[in-house]
Amino acid sequence: MPMKIGTNDFKKRVENGINDSFMRGAVAGAQERMGTRRQDAADELGNWEEWRNLGEEIRQHVLDNLDYYLEQLSENIAKRGGHVFFAQTAEEANDYIKDIVKKKNAKKIVKAKSMVTEEISLNSTLEQAGCTVVETDLGEYILQVDDHDPPSHIVVPALHKNKEQIRDVFTQKLGYQKTEKPEELAWHAREMLRKEYLTADIGITGCNFAVAETGSFALVTNEGNADLVTSLPKTQITVMGMERLVPTFEELEVLVSLLTRSAVGQKLTSYITVLTGPREELDVDGPEEFHLVIVDNGRSKILGTEFQPILQCIRCAACINVCPVYRHVGGHSYGSIYSGPVGAVLSPLLGGYDEYKELPYASTLCGACTEVCPVKIPLHQLLHKHRQVIVEKEGKAPISEKLAMKAFGLGAASPMLYKFGSKAAPAAMNPFTAGDKISNGPGPLKAWTEIREFPAPNKERFRDWFENREKGGGES
Amino acid sequence: MMTGTIQNREAFLEKITNSLGKSRRTNGVTVPEWKHRPQDTVLSEATADKLIEVLKNQCLKIHTSLVMTDLKTLPAALNKVVQDYGGGPVVSWKDERFTDWGLDSLMKEQWPSENIEFHQWDYTKVEENIRQAERANVGITISEITLAESGTVVLFSAKDKGRTVSFLPATYIALIPKSTIVPRITQAAQKMREMHLSGKEVASCINFITGPSNSADIELNLVVGVHGPVKATYIVIEDL
Repeated sequence: MPMKIGTNDFKKRVENGINDSFMRGAVAGAQERMGTRRQDAADELGNWEEWRNLGEEIRQHVLDNLDYYLEQLSENIAKRGGHVFFAQTAEEANDYIKDIVKKKNAKKIVKAKSMVTEEISLNSTLEQAGCTVVETDLGEYILQVDDHDPPSHIVVPALHKNKEQIRDVFTQKLGYQKTEKPEELAWHAREMLRKEYLTADIGITGCNFAVAETGSFALVTNEGNADLVTSLPKTQITVMGMERLVPTFEELEVLVSLLTRSAVGQKLTSYITVLTGPREELDVDGPEEFHLVIVDNGRSKILGTEFQPILQCIRCAACINVCPVYRHVGGHSYGSIYSGPVGAVLSPLLGGYDEYKELPYASTLCGACTEVCPVKIPLHQLLHKHRQVIVEKEGKAPISEKLAMKAFGLGAASPMLYKFGSKAAPAAMNPFTAGDKISNGPGPLKAWTEIREFPAPNKERFRDWFENREKGGGES
Repeated sequence: MMTGTIQNREAFLEKITNSLGKSRRTNGVTVPEWKHRPQDTVLSEATADKLIEVLKNQCLKIHTSLVMTDLKTLPAALNKVVQDYGGGPVVSWKDERFTDWGLDSLMKEQWPSENIEFHQWDYTKVEENIRQAERANVGITISEITLAESGTVVLFSAKDKGRTVSFLPATYIALIPKSTIVPRITQAAQKMREMHLSGKEVASCINFITGPSNSADIELNLVVGVHGPVKATYIVIEDL
């Protein structure tokens, strides 16, 4: 699955989202539960702001010294017998992995959930190369079995599906014959997946954090599927976005603590696994051969710019769980595997404005995302910054907004025109006004009033009211 | 250990250096003294007994049973948990500590005599170990560091300490010497780093395990045992 999901345009995606009442209910419920759990976990520590400050400090230090730490990481992995490949593009990463598959004559690949492999469309590359690719995270597995339905949440990818839909998919595709009870569905998946682990040639994982000082990397899951993916196949390939590293184990634990609390409100998830190189000489389980693929794919273009803080992200989804826009439109509306506020900032940077120029507008700029971010990314400010860039440099603002801004610029530039405009506004808007609201506005107001009302201009201008008041004639 | 390969590094890092607008640093970067260190204060005043209380309470939240015992009663306590889980087959690490703690007669005599199959991980038997772990009902390992705050056991893999002993069997038991209990993951990370800096190689697999395998992927309902064990018990040995 690539980073871009679906072929519909933004408006259509939003329409689909708003009309999906189950999804909207599920998203609202999830936001409440996950948001509350995150808040409780933060409150329990009592000094959450200090934790956030530390998280921010660590992430900023790593980004400012990224070249140094990546070099150190690669040296230490090679010392332990692992192979490191630096891929500037998605194509380079895919070609390298395809090459390993060919050399190993691999037929079956088991995967643990990884966003970067989706970003580079690794699964379709491997399938084209003749491999069977099995996602083992339960949510990802459900989506894969359902004809590769796209994920709608970073932490809970199948959030938009109800248990009856999952039962139907399992019945049609896996010969499942039991009820829609989550326990029975999950047990069936367990039985199916057990066989896959034991017969897979290659295991592929993402990387939550790599540790430069030791050449280790950590996988954070609740299910433990990453552990089986890395214990049973003879060859293991781990793919990481180039920014996902920390200097030492001491910083690793801080970021893992921030991640698990922010994502699901847990002190730690059930399984956190720290792996260093391939298995040792006499070990029985663990991979004989280990490859780490470090992916740029547009990230270096973000470094050194005003958008650099987005690379601090640790993929906890806390921002998604508080976002009022996500709540209304759901994850698929973003058209990217990176949804919510983080997706609205990151997708245009990695995928380009041509594809994702609407996303920075899919925000109320309320700042709730910024407030919960455990590594203090100023998300709403970056969204605002995107809008500035889109309008000023790229000239890609929606046409209605450009016209409105141009008209406002003209009108506001001359005192005479401004006076005329503001006096004429109530009369000009009269045909569209009902009471003190405009519900079917013309021109630039049309898009706005399709989904909400716009306050009608006051019949009395502020200036006139003020002048009258000074003369003692206005209402108080 | 054979040295691995590194490909395409220079051009890749050069691009990063250029973006950062600084000159390339190949040495001299040190980890700063962080301005904030909230991790050090969590449970820093807690006594060993207080840490056990914290661990007990956390076990309630992570769906894990906790049994307190001492060396004298350890064999009986372990046997009871195994019987409660439905008996064998049982698989465990091969570790001298089982002998030191007086478990040999339980594991190697009593269980086989009661038709409870027992397999001890043995690297010379290669793939046979995985087959045994896959069909086992109970897996037993020892916690090297135990985190009170989160209720986590930490395992270091080695030739006779297979990674899958804690994942493949249907249920899981961790033996926890009381002396291994620390406040939180901070102390484990420090210990792991000290081991590395003193020249001891980091285990190729370090597992932090906090209760049984679970998932909330279907309508956010918690389901236990999606991939790994369905149930877990910690046995804390007080006089170790």
